[in-house]
Amino acid sequence: MKKAKASLITTFTWVLVFLFFFPVGWMFLNSFKSENDASSIVPKLFFNIDTSGFQRLMDRGMISYLEHSLASSVTSTLLVIALAVPAAYALSIRPIKNVQDALSFFISTRFMPAAASILPLYMIFKTLHVLDNVGALTLVYAAMNLPIAVWMMRSFFSEVPLEIVEAAQIDGANFRTELTRVVLPIVLPGIAAVALICFIFSWNEYFLATLLTSNNAKTTPPFLASFVDGRGLFLSVLSAASTVAALPVIIAGWIAQKQLVRGLAMGAVK
Amino acid sequence: MTTTTPAVASIGKVAKKNVWLSRSLILPALTFGIVMTQIPFLVTIYFSLLNWNLLKPGEIGFAWFKNYISVFTTGDLVPSIIATVGITASAVILSLLFGLLFAILLDRNFRGQALARTLVITPFLIMPAAASLIWKYSMFDTSIGIINWVTTSLGLPSIAWSTDLPLATVIIVLTWQFTPFFMLILLAGLQSQSREVIEAASVDGAGALRTFQWMTLPHLRQYIEISVLLGSIMLLQVFDPVAIMTKGTGGTKTLAYLLYERAFIGLDVGQAAAYGVVTVVLTLIVATIALKTLFKVFMAGGNR
Repeated sequence: MKKAKASLITTFTWVLVFLFFFPVGWMFLNSFKSENDASSIVPKLFFNIDTSGFQRLMDRGMISYLEHSLASSVTSTLLVIALAVPAAYALSIRPIKNVQDALSFFISTRFMPAAASILPLYMIFKTLHVLDNVGALTLVYAAMNLPIAVWMMRSFFSEVPLEIVEAAQIDGANFRTELTRVVLPIVLPGIAAVALICFIFSWNEYFLATLLTSNNAKTTPPFLASFVDGRGLFLSVLSAASTVAALPVIIAGWIAQKQLVRGLAMGAVK
Repeated sequence: MTTTTPAVASIGKVAKKNVWLSRSLILPALTFGIVMTQIPFLVTIYFSLLNWNLLKPGEIGFAWFKNYISVFTTGDLVPSIIATVGITASAVILSLLFGLLFAILLDRNFRGQALARTLVITPFLIMPAAASLIWKYSMFDTSIGIINWVTTSLGLPSIAWSTDLPLATVIIVLTWQFTPFFMLILLAGLQSQSREVIEAASVDGAGALRTFQWMTLPHLRQYIEISVLLGSIMLLQVFDPVAIMTKGTGGTKTLAYLLYERAFIGLDVGQAAAYGVVTVVLTLIVATIALKTLFKVFMAGGNR
């Protein structure tokens, strides 16, 4: 009886999981169909594999948009980590009162929508002729992710036992040794988690990319959005583009699931 | 007494040195944050007081509160606030419920548990622009969408989702995207619960439902709070599905989309800046009030 109930719940779970994952799976299947098969009114589960959708992506120059996405996401993540590690260190290992105020300031800036600062940034970038520039976009992404990175990282740093730090200080370790030999090895998984989350947020970002880039620096999300021109069938090539755009983050997220959970839940609950 | 004084003095010196070290460590991040977000916000306030349309470059001048007056009188603001708050609240509540359901189901031990969890987190990882496009064309489309194939196969009428039910369309896609986020945080909460206590409760004859209501739910409270807080912050700024699926029609014109429309289609910098300032103020108010109310409802339900 109990066993029957358990397998019933398991079946229910799998049905829900299947339905929930279906749009992604369907996108993946559609990307390997011909346009006619993808747009069939009766959905086709069995079809001849046709990779011409991916070929047409290359023809439309998707590679260069992926490059812009990669450059802005990776560089902004590195910048965020470089700024957030010392800040988190100061906040959790050497806390002083007005530094705590700095933390609440950081958290409050995450409440501030991009709407608050986008117009002046747009005007400044325009004046400096760095609109549609990957470097400028990178700076904006770093600013966007910094508060959440400091917040999450602080909680990872606060897991470091203070006795170890004090012992190192008594042994005469200077600040640099203390940081690189004692603290960093402990918080490295945490840093990886924060980096992954920052990368995902930048890679997927659409609003700022639409506003700040047009051609030379356009990233993948606005490229996708401009994809549908309403002429002819496009579901296969759209699915192919979406698959290529989403796959790096999906795979990274699948591999680093543990870090992702730690980053989201740990950074949050504490 | 006399022997301790030098020690105290040197501790004081070390402390002072530490204070400076702490400050200098946080300074780069703080400076960067201020230069990139705070100063621009002050400039936005300044812009909002200007009469500045990019189409009329010769006519820049001080307008004082003219932009704010038009923001509050043209009648776009209130519907936009309702859209933003409505979409955020619906998506947060639905994602929380589905996230809780998935977290409970995935907390059990069963074959393929890891695979199931992996599949469930995918919508949170997928690029939101791609998610909106895929939902719009391969799920919701009237002729080639799966949902309409299902409904017409069942003999129900077909629905043009993104034009007939734009609000529901946006909320469905957002719920789909944010459910994994809530699930991950709640699952972490469930797994941090001590198994022994739960087992003891079941030995004492407490039913699964009562155990859940009296032990699991209170334990999850802080996880629920934090997921609602973070989820609301992210959802209040929602733009992607609106821009891609509905273009702000049918009560889906959120504040972010309204500002985009004013600034980059209407090219009215002054008015767009005023919308920006109002958006910031509203975001702060909504985030504070909504969170407090939500928790009260939740607490009242839990403490019955």
